[in-house]
Amino acid sequence: MTAIESLRARIERIEGGRRRAKSALSFGLEALDERLPDKGLARGVLHEIAGGGRTAGDGPAAALFAAGIAARTRGKVLWCLSRPDLFAPALAQVGLLPDRVIYVEARDEKTVLACMEEGLAHGGPAVVVGEAARLSMTASRRLNLAAEKTGAIALCLRRWSRPNDAAEFGRPTAAATRWRISALPAAPLPVPGVGRARWRVELIRSRGGETVNLELEACDASGRLAFPSDLSDRSAAPPVERPRRRASA
Amino acid sequence: MVAADGLARGQGLRVGMAAARATAAVAELDVEEHDPAADAEALERLALWVLERFSPIVAVDGTDGIVVDSKGADHLHGGEAAMLKSLVGRFAVAGISARAAVADTWGAAHALARHGAEPVFVAPPKHGAAILKPLPVEALRLSSETSEALRDLGFSTIGDLSNTPRAPLALRFGEALTRRIDQAVGRRSEPIEPLRPAESIVASRNFAEPIGAAETIARHLGKLVVTLCAELEEKGLGVRRLDLLCRRVDDRIEAVRVSTARPVRDVGRLTRLLCDRIETIAPGFGIEKMTLVATLAEPLAPTQKLASLTDEILPDVASLVDVIANRVGEERLYRLAPVESDVPERSVRRIPPLAPETGESWRRDWPRPARLLRRPEPIETLALLPDHPPASFTWRGVRRRVRAADGPERIFGEWWKRDEELSAVRDYFQVEAEDGERFWIFRSGDGEAMETGSQRWFLHGLFG
Repeated sequence: MTAIESLRARIERIEGGRRRAKSALSFGLEALDERLPDKGLARGVLHEIAGGGRTAGDGPAAALFAAGIAARTRGKVLWCLSRPDLFAPALAQVGLLPDRVIYVEARDEKTVLACMEEGLAHGGPAVVVGEAARLSMTASRRLNLAAEKTGAIALCLRRWSRPNDAAEFGRPTAAATRWRISALPAAPLPVPGVGRARWRVELIRSRGGETVNLELEACDASGRLAFPSDLSDRSAAPPVERPRRRASA
Repeated sequence: MVAADGLARGQGLRVGMAAARATAAVAELDVEEHDPAADAEALERLALWVLERFSPIVAVDGTDGIVVDSKGADHLHGGEAAMLKSLVGRFAVAGISARAAVADTWGAAHALARHGAEPVFVAPPKHGAAILKPLPVEALRLSSETSEALRDLGFSTIGDLSNTPRAPLALRFGEALTRRIDQAVGRRSEPIEPLRPAESIVASRNFAEPIGAAETIARHLGKLVVTLCAELEEKGLGVRRLDLLCRRVDDRIEAVRVSTARPVRDVGRLTRLLCDRIETIAPGFGIEKMTLVATLAEPLAPTQKLASLTDEILPDVASLVDVIANRVGEERLYRLAPVESDVPERSVRRIPPLAPETGESWRRDWPRPARLLRRPEPIETLALLPDHPPASFTWRGVRRRVRAADGPERIFGEWWKRDEELSAVRDYFQVEAEDGERFWIFRSGDGEAMETGSQRWFLHGLFG
């Protein structure tokens, strides 16, 4: 056993066996999976997702990123929110069908976190999503503990209505990974119109892993991300259902 | 004539009229013998219906009313005013015209419902005696002789009475009058003895020593649930509504209600649901009796656990739904289902979280934004041609240049819903700004005819 491995084993013992091999949800993208410590998005822990750019407070791309993750699991999804502006048809367009999602419209963020914890500890839902501006160290630890018991994936969508609250996202939490999803200009099409959305997917923080900064094509109809075909030599992603285009500027 | 509703009063009929005069006034009047017993029975049935749906403490009030202790129940119905509206509305559907009021005491609510509600009235909390002063003396729940005698002496309103020294009043009319006044203004407590369905399943415990600590309540609660579930099992039932009534030493009743989406008979689950709510019980000087009532019980059909050996078993979320619904309110927990409507705001409807799966989804031919603003926000635009998407727009003070756009997707108003929508048109565009962010904007109108809309631009959603 090399020195590093023995050190890892010691760290595992100190952390109470928490870093034992966990099952993970693969993104189906080598560049992303390879750099995550569990070769995918680990189950049974908390992940944080926020938006980037000028619409970061609403984080539409971050919401779709979370919906894409949920779409690739099986079972129910519990979505806790305090501002009901999520538009369900868009979730269905990334493969998260309406029959699977149960929404909880809580009065405040404290209740959002409490309902998330309840859902994680129950183990029925495969994925529990919560939208909150503030996530304290204590609250995130509680979510981690609840998720660990059942192996559900906990996703905290960080969103805020006042620009001052954006600083909250910088505070340390117990989440295993922290993502930032921001919109990028799409590849120009040969005809006028809007191409497949493109995101900058940043893994800003990853416990026991490295950071990632990738330019990817947004979730398709089954919630999968893809490499932009003009950036890689791999074959292009399967065609997405697109609306028929008419004249536009 | 014993009673007259709005229609009858419109025909000139009054309570207290002789039957002969009434038939003379309205020729086609059917005369029925007054049957107080049947009326009382019907009123009790109505009260039971309210008990099952609104609050754990409900009782019959006099010969023409129902009194409800709404503490701890109104938040599940969206507030006091909303609860009263829904109550009166549901009565109206059943053909009963009702008036309702919320106040701090039974007496005040009784008076305001009969003499202030049009058809509902919500008194501000801690309203005190002032709100009752303009009401007539009949509102005080007095015998008809007393109120007539009071009128003869020149007392017409409750205000007149409260300005008069109490001792002579008590001497002349007996203790009942001052007691009713005290009860109405809250100087004297008046417990409501809750109605209970005749064959409901009940488990109760008396305490020689009043209890108050949350852990003690939880312990006894656990034992009560075990007793109740044993009885439910005998009858093959499961509960949908379970009420815990705690009688305090000062004769007040603290109530907790939990509801479940499906009939339940699981000791652990029911105990858990009730224990979540213990903090809402104010034990005061102690609780001397705890009663657990299965207010609404339904047959619990044995369920098939596994449909086929090859099916993957997905965990059941019913118990989770109950826990969260009792915490945040039933109407705040929902699934969304598609509605056949092109108007985006109307394309989504809420269904109960445990409703059978519909298998439906929305049409996918046009992209839809991940976030839809509650109402479209006006934007300033710079457009080159009337039929084209704008070249740039300003939303919430930030100007964005449009890099690419898709559209228009024309959505017509639904004229069968509202007349104004007969010729209304919205032209939706998906636009991508320079930094890659995408927005859903529309022009109200078709760009030419003013009757189709104001031709102004709005932002309606944000794409991911």
